[in-house]
Amino acid sequence: MGAPEIATAVLDVRNLSVAFATHTGPVAAVHDVSFTVAPGETLALVGESGSGKSVTSLAVMRLTPPAPRTRLDGQALFRSRDGTVRDLLAVPERAMRALRGNEIAMIFQEPMTSLNPVQRVGDQIAEAVMTHRPVGRREALDRAEHLLARVGISDARRRLAAFPHHLSGGMRQRVMIAMALACDPALLIADEPTTALDVTVQAQILELLQDLQRETGMAIVFITHNLGVVAEIADRVMVMYAGRIVEQGEVGPVMRAPLMPYTQGLLRAVPTLTVSDGFVPLTSIPGTVPSPTALPPGCAFEPRCPYALPGLCDATTPPLDDAFDGQQVRCLRWDAVAALEARP
Amino acid sequence: MSIMALTPPPIPRDGPLLRVDRLRQWFSSGGFMSPRLTVRAVEDVTFEIGRGEILGLVGESGSGKSTLGRAVLRVTDLTDGRVVFDGQDVSTLSKRQLRPLRARMQMIFQDPFASLNPRMTVGQIVGAPLRIQNPGISRSEVEARVGDALRTVGLADSHAERYPHEFSGGQRQRIGIARAFVLAPDFLVADEPVSALDVSIQAQVVNLLMEIKRKLDLTILFISHDLAVVGHVCDRVAVMYLGRIVEIADTRTLFRNPRHPYTEALFSAVPVADPSRRRQRILLKGDLPSPLAPPSGCAFRTRCRYAIPACAEAVPPLAHIGGGHQKACIRDDLALQPAC
Amino acid sequence: MSSATVAAAVLPNRRLAGTSPRSRAWGRFKRHRLAMFGSGVILVLVFAVIFGPMILPFDPLHIDLRHRFAPPPGNGHLFGTDQLGRDLLVRLLMAGRISLTIGFMAMVVSTLIGTSVGVTAGYYGGLVGTVLMRIVDAVLCFPSVFLLLALAAFIKPSILTITLIIAATGWMEVARVVQAQIKALRHRDFILAAEMLGASGRYVMTRELLPNAAGPIIVAATLTVARAILAEAYVSFLGYGIQAPTASWGNMLNNAQQYLNSAPWLAIFPGLMITLAVTSFNFIGDGLRDALDARMDLT
Repeated sequence: MGAPEIATAVLDVRNLSVAFATHTGPVAAVHDVSFTVAPGETLALVGESGSGKSVTSLAVMRLTPPAPRTRLDGQALFRSRDGTVRDLLAVPERAMRALRGNEIAMIFQEPMTSLNPVQRVGDQIAEAVMTHRPVGRREALDRAEHLLARVGISDARRRLAAFPHHLSGGMRQRVMIAMALACDPALLIADEPTTALDVTVQAQILELLQDLQRETGMAIVFITHNLGVVAEIADRVMVMYAGRIVEQGEVGPVMRAPLMPYTQGLLRAVPTLTVSDGFVPLTSIPGTVPSPTALPPGCAFEPRCPYALPGLCDATTPPLDDAFDGQQVRCLRWDAVAALEARP
Repeated sequence: MSIMALTPPPIPRDGPLLRVDRLRQWFSSGGFMSPRLTVRAVEDVTFEIGRGEILGLVGESGSGKSTLGRAVLRVTDLTDGRVVFDGQDVSTLSKRQLRPLRARMQMIFQDPFASLNPRMTVGQIVGAPLRIQNPGISRSEVEARVGDALRTVGLADSHAERYPHEFSGGQRQRIGIARAFVLAPDFLVADEPVSALDVSIQAQVVNLLMEIKRKLDLTILFISHDLAVVGHVCDRVAVMYLGRIVEIADTRTLFRNPRHPYTEALFSAVPVADPSRRRQRILLKGDLPSPLAPPSGCAFRTRCRYAIPACAEAVPPLAHIGGGHQKACIRDDLALQPAC
Repeated sequence: MSSATVAAAVLPNRRLAGTSPRSRAWGRFKRHRLAMFGSGVILVLVFAVIFGPMILPFDPLHIDLRHRFAPPPGNGHLFGTDQLGRDLLVRLLMAGRISLTIGFMAMVVSTLIGTSVGVTAGYYGGLVGTVLMRIVDAVLCFPSVFLLLALAAFIKPSILTITLIIAATGWMEVARVVQAQIKALRHRDFILAAEMLGASGRYVMTRELLPNAAGPIIVAATLTVARAILAEAYVSFLGYGIQAPTASWGNMLNNAQQYLNSAPWLAIFPGLMITLAVTSFNFIGDGLRDALDARMDLT
């Protein structure tokens, strides 16, 4: 990840660390996370609750609590439409506000909390347009109608006048996407956008996001805990555990032949859409995700890992190793594990 | 207790444990000052669950699956229809009459945060069923049985002293399971028991549930929107759409040979964790229609790609098509995609 | 995006191991400076009214016409004397006994009434709940000062009757707070779980719901003490309350009216006591409201 990469990447995050101040001292939620996203690319950030995946995205958006309560280290280089490169962690708040909702947009899991319940959706979208573009209300509303139609809401003209509570969960998420698209963002950060939705609606939203990406060439950072969704939508995937990247690479290799025992366990724990004769116990990962205030020494996954070697894994924090084909893994024994996994 | 003595259950031990007959559960709102609105949350539902069987109940949110789960446990007063539990008609029993039966039917909730009283210790929560059902029970017996229950679900005796907020989501769900099992019930309604949990924890909790099921020879109504989990856990599956069961069959038949277009669409929408299997999905148009104003005829026709004009005419009955497979669709000429 | 969403996503789970809801609430209360100040004042006040009159060498009823209107601090009378030469400090403390007792007792009675009505209305809802809450509304509509005075005019004043009269006009706030809290908790899954076990309505109300409403009840009760002290002062000030020669802060104020120009301390000290007690209880109420905020425990 050197300087040349920013020439193509929209976002280049380097050594990002996030720590929160608490009563008992600082708690590190994200450690030394680096990744890039190119235009037209979808990067999936996968992890369980407490893995730091949401905090990573909020830190990039500078939506974490302000300075004394949160400590941000590292860089998040963002390339604007005009080609200038800025460090999102260093720009003044005013410049950040100009970027948010404009060149960088974000959508969330629960659209109801992100939409203003007492304002018509048309006005909310128009507002988003007018904040960043020198257009009048008339023009902004036309743009809102166009956006609603674009995200697949039928009868868009009439829907402009609807309040959020008139709409179903899927519709509200479409409205959120329309708002996010209002200013043609170069980067869309989607934090669990389909988690609260039914599978049929989730499929619609995923398809919509893919269509929009093809059309606009925006980069998407897609945060999810659902590996099925990752396989559907991502080009590359980054798995996080206890605040660190533990594996990243192209979605095909990572999901077909994961190198990190955690990724392997996660993939096996997902039940597949099949039927078996009688109940076959699901493969689970024993134990629980460690609390960020009490991380085990060495590899954070060591207490739950079937391949952990006492004296090694509980003593040394593994670096993020380059394996093959750009696949990176944080495991001291990944080649040994790969050999063991290859055996039937 | 006196009720049980007056009407001893006629014990047809070979019959189904639960029989639901033309069940209706409507909810009304408004009335006095505002226009009366009636939501037909569950409409004309009939099914049985055999002893020791796990019946899956799947559908989108708003399909009425949770309402149905609560109705069979008589949490609500039924609008119409019958629920027969172990040969005894419980449809019209009062709260008091139901109390002795409560020891035999229990529930696990989706949200492990909302389902445990934050002001009670784990010991009080898990012990509550024992105290409520046997008011004379001794303190030491409660403690002993709570300890057993906690160990069974993979927690320690010492956890009884703690409060729910000190536990993770997965551990809280284990506490909820311990509460449901401490009375050794026969029948369990599990309402989305794992959908609020992390993937690696989901598998643990499903396995635990199945282990206890085997131990107690439980009968379970397993409500879930996760078809993959349902496929692994359930013997039979019922698919609900807008308050009605549209298809019901044993799991293998349903997955291999779905006969209702909605079942096909549900399967098709499930994302598969294998990037080489990105498929052409059958995308349903739009959302679930409002249950306040369901479409005429087949409620699914507005989103169904196989709909024909005749679909709007009458509600299709849930018809037997052999081998215990039932479906509510007038089209018999469809070749639908299987789940796997 | 609301700040709550950000906070929920960002802040690591604060899981304080091994703590009961009560001890965490105490931790939060201790950080509330005004509430700690209020608690200190009330503590001092309670000790003073209990032990002060025993220590001070004056009888509150002893008339000494030679030392009338001694301005403070005069002649060993720290707070001066009144028109009959009685020691003001001792009278203030004796009056404090009466006023605080009435305040606490009225709080207990009105909290009991309010909690019962609120829990019943919140739990049953429907017709029962509607009727009960409309009664609450109706009583609230009535200006409580007039109700207070009307009742006091008919009933022979004594500590007990004044207490009951104040309680009768002060339970509605508690009822509303409790009803709102119970109604919000009523349909949570843990209540359904208890009902699924065959728990009776009484069990659900007392064991499951009430402990979760304890926070708002305690807050409302604290503020009720402040209100009751104030109400007692009103009634006694207007001459319908505690009767001379027994002193209460209210009737001391009433008495002081005639001498406002010549002996202002007769009005200033009782007024200060009322203000001090009432604001202290209000501060404690505020502190408790933050400390016992149910949201901090339910999530």
